[in-house]
Amino acid sequence: MLLEYFQMIDRVEELDPHAGTIVTRAEVPMESPVFEGHFPGSPLVPGVLLIETMAQASGFMILSRLKFEKMPFLANVTLAKMRSFVEPGAILRVEAELEHDGSGFAKTAARIVSDGKKICDSRLMFKIMPFPNETLRGNMLDRFSQISPSQAE
Amino acid sequence: MTTTFEAVAEIISETSDIPLEEITPEKNAFTDLGIDSLDFLDIAFAIDKHFGIKIPLEQWTEELNENPAQIDEYFVLSKLCARIDEVIAAKDA
Repeated sequence: MLLEYFQMIDRVEELDPHAGTIVTRAEVPMESPVFEGHFPGSPLVPGVLLIETMAQASGFMILSRLKFEKMPFLANVTLAKMRSFVEPGAILRVEAELEHDGSGFAKTAARIVSDGKKICDSRLMFKIMPFPNETLRGNMLDRFSQISPSQAE
Repeated sequence: MTTTFEAVAEIISETSDIPLEEITPEKNAFTDLGIDSLDFLDIAFAIDKHFGIKIPLEQWTEELNENPAQIDEYFVLSKLCARIDEVIAAKDA
């Protein structure tokens, strides 16, 4: 994870676009500028970044289903529960599954576990829209190939 | 048996916190009831789930982008319900 660059997912471990499921891995860095403010003397990954992490795992799954032809944008976060603190060095397992494949939107259920402990979970809704430009589409493809070499082949 | 309109009105009332009595067939979901596009995604999700369908929201949006004056044809509730009935009929055919 590079928290300050919003690179939350390090590796796609399991992905089934047809079934709408994904499991990813994220390694919390020991140091990050984010920890200087959250919190001084007691570094913790902010809850909003855990939501972003669940959204990115969901997003890569949806992108795979869409064959990177459209982009899912986070539109709605419901029932988000932050159950445990996440400290530097934690290894996170980020899971998401498709709850509903709508027309122009998608809904997922996502959660993070670490060392067998529930960290957080939420329902997420995404608005699915055309990529605003080819640069973003190219960047998403590049990032996906970096974290999921076997899937991108 | 609950009509399509009654079911849709219940969904709108619950998802958008609008009193049920204010939701009538001649109202436009957007211009009369003040529902925005994000709220409508929740409504579309609930409609899809309730009726076991996938309302073609992307197609409607594209058609409306080409002809915005036609908004009543899609989102006046009586017409929205008629379109939902068409999707249900197509699914059951």
